[in-house]
Amino acid sequence: MPDSIVDDKVYATARQPIRHDSAIKHVTGGAVYIDDMREPVGTLHLAPGWCRTYAKARLDALDLTEVRAVPGVVAVLTKDDVPGINDVSSSFGDDPMLADGEVLFWGQVVFCVVATTREAARKAARLARFEVVPGTPLVTVADALAADSHIMPEYRFGRGDVAKSLKDTQRRLSGQIAVGGQEHFYLEGQVAMAVPGEDGDMTVYSSTQHPTEVQHTVAKVLGVTEASVTVETRRMGGGFGGKESQANQWAALAALAARVTGRPCKMRLDRDDDMIMTGKRHDQVASFDVAYDGEGRILAVDLDFASRCGYSADLSLGVNDRTMFHADNAYFYPNVSIRSQRLKTNTCSNTAFRGFGGPHGVIAAERIIDSIAISIGLDPLEVRKRNFYGPGRDVTPYGQKVEDNILAELVGELEASSNYWKRRTAVRSFNAKSRILKKGLALTPVKFGISFTLIHLNQAGALVHVYTDGSVHLNHGGTEMGQGLFLKVAQVVAEEFGLPIDQVKITATNTAKVPNTAPTAASSGSDLNGMAAQAACREIKARLVDFVSMEYGTPADKIDFRDSQVIIGNGAVPFREIVKKAFIARIQLSAAGYYRTPKIHWNRDKAEGRPFLYFAYGAACAEVTVDTMTGEMKVDRVDILHDCGKSLNPAIDIGQIEGGFVQGMGWLTTEELVFDGQGRLRTHAPSTYKIPTASDVPEEFVTKLFDSPGNREETIFRSKAVGEPPLMLPACVFSAVLDAVASLKPGVIPPLDAPATPEAIMKAVHATRRGGV
Amino acid sequence: MRDTIRIFRNGRIVEIEDFGPTETLLDYLRLREGAVGTKEGCNEGDCGACTVAVGSAVGGRMVYRPVNACIQFVGMLDGKEVVTVEDLAENGVLHPVQAAMVDHHGSQCGFCTPGIVMSLFTLYHAGRPAEHGTINDWLAGNLCRCTGYRPITDAAKASCGGVPADRFAREADATTGVLEFLSDRQDIFVGDSERFFAAPRTVDALADLYMQHPDATLVAGATDVGLWVNKQMRDLPKVIHLGRVLGMSHIEDIGDAVLIGATASFEDALPHLAAIDPDIGEMMRRIGSRQVRSAGTVGGNVANGSPIGDTPPVLIALGSTVELRKGDESRALPLERFFIDYGRQDREPGEFVAGLMVPKLGPGQQFRAYKISKRFDQDISAVLGAFRFTLENGVITDARIAFGGMAATPKRAVLAESRLIGAEPVKAASWAPALEGLSQDFRPLTDMRASAHYRLETARALLAKALVEIAGAPTATTRVIGRRETPAGEGEAAHA
Repeated sequence: MPDSIVDDKVYATARQPIRHDSAIKHVTGGAVYIDDMREPVGTLHLAPGWCRTYAKARLDALDLTEVRAVPGVVAVLTKDDVPGINDVSSSFGDDPMLADGEVLFWGQVVFCVVATTREAARKAARLARFEVVPGTPLVTVADALAADSHIMPEYRFGRGDVAKSLKDTQRRLSGQIAVGGQEHFYLEGQVAMAVPGEDGDMTVYSSTQHPTEVQHTVAKVLGVTEASVTVETRRMGGGFGGKESQANQWAALAALAARVTGRPCKMRLDRDDDMIMTGKRHDQVASFDVAYDGEGRILAVDLDFASRCGYSADLSLGVNDRTMFHADNAYFYPNVSIRSQRLKTNTCSNTAFRGFGGPHGVIAAERIIDSIAISIGLDPLEVRKRNFYGPGRDVTPYGQKVEDNILAELVGELEASSNYWKRRTAVRSFNAKSRILKKGLALTPVKFGISFTLIHLNQAGALVHVYTDGSVHLNHGGTEMGQGLFLKVAQVVAEEFGLPIDQVKITATNTAKVPNTAPTAASSGSDLNGMAAQAACREIKARLVDFVSMEYGTPADKIDFRDSQVIIGNGAVPFREIVKKAFIARIQLSAAGYYRTPKIHWNRDKAEGRPFLYFAYGAACAEVTVDTMTGEMKVDRVDILHDCGKSLNPAIDIGQIEGGFVQGMGWLTTEELVFDGQGRLRTHAPSTYKIPTASDVPEEFVTKLFDSPGNREETIFRSKAVGEPPLMLPACVFSAVLDAVASLKPGVIPPLDAPATPEAIMKAVHATRRGGV
Repeated sequence: MRDTIRIFRNGRIVEIEDFGPTETLLDYLRLREGAVGTKEGCNEGDCGACTVAVGSAVGGRMVYRPVNACIQFVGMLDGKEVVTVEDLAENGVLHPVQAAMVDHHGSQCGFCTPGIVMSLFTLYHAGRPAEHGTINDWLAGNLCRCTGYRPITDAAKASCGGVPADRFAREADATTGVLEFLSDRQDIFVGDSERFFAAPRTVDALADLYMQHPDATLVAGATDVGLWVNKQMRDLPKVIHLGRVLGMSHIEDIGDAVLIGATASFEDALPHLAAIDPDIGEMMRRIGSRQVRSAGTVGGNVANGSPIGDTPPVLIALGSTVELRKGDESRALPLERFFIDYGRQDREPGEFVAGLMVPKLGPGQQFRAYKISKRFDQDISAVLGAFRFTLENGVITDARIAFGGMAATPKRAVLAESRLIGAEPVKAASWAPALEGLSQDFRPLTDMRASAHYRLETARALLAKALVEIAGAPTATTRVIGRRETPAGEGEAAHA
């Protein structure tokens, strides 16, 4: 690490484990979500209508007579009611808000009921009669591959002569792993309320990670200017990527209903509708062919990902690119070819989900490592370490040099603190004695690239007002979904002005205050908005310093802001007095801050550049016990060590790490999306779709922050992004299950797919006993 | 006859007369009271965001249980205290469980938090040590997608397990008095003969009313019926709630058997059934979350005839009988004969399940039960196997085996049972034919929970596991959870 980042400054507010700004409101029921807002008089309620029989059909006629006859129904919206463009997609123009002549997946909204009560709308929505001509839906990855059905062209990058390396090698293996999708299961479902104003204006309260895109979508659908639409988001009850593009449709429908009826309109999806209609994490099949040496070092990798994107493009370009960017995880591939096929199916349109495709790449990489280790009888951790990026082996398959690698140190520390090798011996002797139960152990790393790979999204704005009583109003383009972004940015502002955190007023994200924002996604929230807010603060501070310097005849470098005071040479004046004086002296006390990420560039056509400003690192170790008779599995212990640079808020960051781990563990174990042969999702409620509950988390669950000198890049107070990287830490749970099953027959690679449900484990157990097929 | 219901709410008796038969407690709170702290997460009783505490006077003291407000009909709360997240803080001072949640960073997005706070509130009042397994069990019905639960578990450890000292504890005597006053002897009937919510007070009144309205829907805990309303949008114009019928929730030990009244909740029945065998306790614990167990009933689990109800296979393996009543007449039949086919039970119009008789284990009898699901807690079984073997000198002389999830009804494995006669658990070869027999006993289906293949393989594995254990293998070597040697180790199987 360069000396330049050594940071001796003592922070008063930043880097402190301050509790979530809404914590007290959360525990008392006082935090207001959109469905909790007092409804304006006359508010109407929407429910979506859809064809419950087919995933693919031509829509010949729609009879809404019975729908309209239900008492309380005020309007029924169809595509013909759309004054603007009937599309709610982020960019590709292929997501009709209301179906246009065809049903493309089971759950596509065909019409929308607007009624005086939500119950009336929901009941009426079931009474439509459809005249359809059903087609044969493409449901699975295999279906789409067989039909050569792609939503966009495939994409490849790599280097070296992979075919030759594979051919020349002594040691080569190939394999395939299917990795399931994942439902976001934000506890607060999709919801929006639209309130019509004068001149055709529309104010929309939306539970969205991307207020700007909701604003643009509403304007597009209504056929009005973007300036006519204001979107506000105070907080979401969870997002996880599921409210990045997927919030558009419901907000736009509410706005259309408000336009048509002239009344405030609210749309809140029922949980089943939400799970059926909205996109999820992609499911992918990864196939690999790998050459390695006798030490387990990878010589060449040929990797192919086949990804189910669903009926439309949505964010699949970026998601699947990120799978490719993380197909190396933490490992150096001297020769490599990575291909990604983006398949079009008649299923919901898969979308952003924490990790944004990266997790699939990581799981593929870890399976490659595990396979090599099993094949040559080495401990998987040894093989992992031998393949880490290192001096002279530090260029990723997409050409970015890994300059900030700390994995050797971080993994070494976790290896010791988790007592890996002693436990390895214990696991081995347990398995030697135990016939039915088998234990597995694994320690896996994560290296995750930070920045939007769509370069223009790496910008942010903030608006900071200082009032004459010394209180501060903070606004920025980031949204709060529970991750503590509002608090972290407020900590930055409090730190800059030397004020206590409660002097900084956190306010709802609003497109009228800070425009043209990026989604709160890609783990970038505090990196981008923290810097933008800091820029705004520094602008105000610079004006105040000039003023104070003149007023008190003190040089600027002797002026500082701390302890609610402005330090002026050897004296100090309360901050509130200075701002009052500054106001009287006609100094502007408000500023808009702006930030764009430096250094990054990416040429997708040539597959070269530096898509990421830096990498976040972490590692985790898991021990599991598998019942080889039933396939049941229990996670016995987890140890995590994660790198947040200099954490902006250690309490919040540990929350992100633990929460991300458990969410990722659910993806890899209990959470299974099941579509039937007709393309109907059979797991569309928590009764059938099982996210982890408290008892799935081991009692021994130890999370520590890596003692970092700080991000070597100039991020906000040298912190690192933490939203997504921990989602991939539970790769260790999946690898530990593989390890347990592999103990049944040395040398045989268990064909374990994700999620590792009891049935998937049982299948792997039986196949392993048979010799791997 | 009373034509209103009365709820004790935040120190006041609230009388309600204009409510629909299936209006939910959640809608009542959010839409009528404007008490929007209680959230709707799933509207099917699976996520716990709508958890509220329901207080009852039991034996002269207050008992608080968590329920899912989304699948409780408001009429069912007659005579109860309803406590929501808004009610806990006193004069701006947080309740101990709220303060602990804040101190331990137990909330992120905050949407599940009110439900979690209310579940912890009931643990705070449960008067038992806040051990890790207990806390996990108390939270099994509260999904959190943000935190990974660790800070919530820590908050529970920090705030629960002591002697309750909050306002509710201080006012317990007064509250008990109010609830005893509200607990009158009257039948409740709100509505007219075409559309009503009724809650008779005696079995005879129930029998009469149901004879008059055989098309009415009987509701005990509403953990299933609630979903018909919320998810299938079914209109149930006539609802007869069984929860107020005196004596119908009675549980009695009669020596060699336990009598379980039809409306005894899972929670109340659990210790009695767990006393028969610890595996039954663990099965009951895993049947559903605390919220579901507080509301749901053993009788309802039988009466609704679900092929995947968890209690029927266990009760069948134990040789239970079900008592049915119609008008003035009662009859009893072996439980397996009650389940005729998918969605069809041996129950005539106007007839209802009055209770169950569950035999205890006799000399030489051994019992095992296993539940297989994707998630351990609060999940519906892919397969549930229950086994009762009678042994003499190490030889099986009788076997009763019943499975859930393997057929259109809970069903006995007749061929496997017969092939076990004469087998010895210590000799695997002697019971191998019985394992094969299962593939003739059952033709399971493939669905979202498991494939037919897995179900059959697992059924065999469970029978084999039961026999291996009875042959002497400690469950520490045969199970990943629910071990018998450490009944308190996994949650609280035997002691809940």
